[in-house]
Amino acid sequence: MNFRGHTENAGEWLRGSGPHADVVLSSRVRLARNLAGLPFVAKANRRQRYEVLESCRMQILAKPLSENTQFVHLNDATPMDRQLLVERHLISRQHGAAKNDMPRAVAVGSEETFAIMVNEEDHLRIQVLRSGMQLSDAFDQINGIDDMLEEKLDYAYSRRFGYLTACPTNVGTGIRVSVMLHLPALQLTGEIDKVKRAARDMHLAVRGMFGEGSDAQGDLYQVSNQTTLGKGEEEILADFEQTVVPQIINYERQARQALIRDRGPQLDDKIWRAWGLLTHARVIGTKEVLSLLSHVRLGVNLGRIEGVDTRTLNELFLLTQPAHLQQHSQEEMDPGARRIARAQLIRQRLGRV
Amino acid sequence: MNHKCDECDRPATHRAVDVVDGKKIPVHLCDIHAAEHGLTGANPHLPVSELLNNFVQKHSGADTQSRSAENLHCESCGASFAEFRESSLLGCADCYGAFEGPLSALMERAHEGGTHHAGKVPRRAGVGERRQVAMRLLRRRLEDAVQSEDYETAAQIRDEIEGLA
Repeated sequence: MNFRGHTENAGEWLRGSGPHADVVLSSRVRLARNLAGLPFVAKANRRQRYEVLESCRMQILAKPLSENTQFVHLNDATPMDRQLLVERHLISRQHGAAKNDMPRAVAVGSEETFAIMVNEEDHLRIQVLRSGMQLSDAFDQINGIDDMLEEKLDYAYSRRFGYLTACPTNVGTGIRVSVMLHLPALQLTGEIDKVKRAARDMHLAVRGMFGEGSDAQGDLYQVSNQTTLGKGEEEILADFEQTVVPQIINYERQARQALIRDRGPQLDDKIWRAWGLLTHARVIGTKEVLSLLSHVRLGVNLGRIEGVDTRTLNELFLLTQPAHLQQHSQEEMDPGARRIARAQLIRQRLGRV
Repeated sequence: MNHKCDECDRPATHRAVDVVDGKKIPVHLCDIHAAEHGLTGANPHLPVSELLNNFVQKHSGADTQSRSAENLHCESCGASFAEFRESSLLGCADCYGAFEGPLSALMERAHEGGTHHAGKVPRRAGVGERRQVAMRLLRRRLEDAVQSEDYETAAQIRDEIEGLA
């Protein structure tokens, strides 16, 4: 596997650009697909899983999906490489899990704009990532990839239920659209729970940075649709992109303005203390880093602090994670050594060695 | 890892930390008690698998219909409905047909009342099928337009439907 060079920066999706980048870190669309005539992954035996893997590998590599598509067999990859892929959001935690020794893989496009997991919960999980709010672009790309794969692969499909998936909550379009939102002001004003409840009332899922079951570290939240049956892809996308997400962005921006208006000095204190710690700490853990980065990022977006850009901060969210840190240092480290290396990397990146 | 609720025997699904005199005290609560303690709203969001489990269980409960659902098997892959209840995962494409009865209600609820596919059709599924889906989508949009008294749009959609038929 050759993602070594990539540990110096983040993928395309953390570039810190794109519409509404002050609140929306990234947009993601994924499609769930299964091959006709074979059991779903959980019920498939080793031979059947190899069959799925081979059919998909041949079709993925036969098509010009990107200039340089890398196909990684995860059962041959080292635990560190798998963890790296998880941290980069190219595979799910479940797909990267060490105890999983089943034949499975991921195909990663150049610039990491797309990743196709083979033999995760479904035979195929195609995902496209973009920085900022770019769901329509992401959808166009994924739809094209789906069309190309479908030329040779027979998908499990029924007239009534659409694309058939292992879990009936994904059936129909098999589409999941999501955005990763940075909501520090809603957290500071205590309104985040209200927003979460409202989102759930609109049949949306709200999760932490690493998806299902993860905490919202660094005030980063993934919001995604839940309904996949009975609506078309465009309708799901439009609801989400034009109604739901702009509303949440608005709440966050209002909360930011309220903080400046009512609690300016306290807000600046939070931001500058975070900056002070990040630029001077000698030993530091992941959770603390994420929380401090969140506050500095807020300060940069509100123009309260200068001399650092959003991209650098976005990248630090990723590069301070355990596998990235070890890959960067080219050695395996215990958690204690990582805390020291992490503090050093942050100071380097923020120009305070 | 798997804690029981501090107040009953159900599995804990919510964790919190109370700080008393500077000491951290972990709290483990089930859905019901978490709601009682105000940790969650009245309608807490559950992970999808749990949502499914609860839903299936609620709709199976003690009635006889669900007892028979328990015993349903998919002839293609051998999966049983009981297995699905455990894992939230179906065994193969044919499970959708084999478990259609008990699955239908569940899917309708999971998908805001959606019961039929209204999205993309694989090219190789045939032209006829694509047209059917397009029709279903148009009919739904027509209903919406009529409901919101947008008669201009409704007329347009009706023309489109006639064009397809």
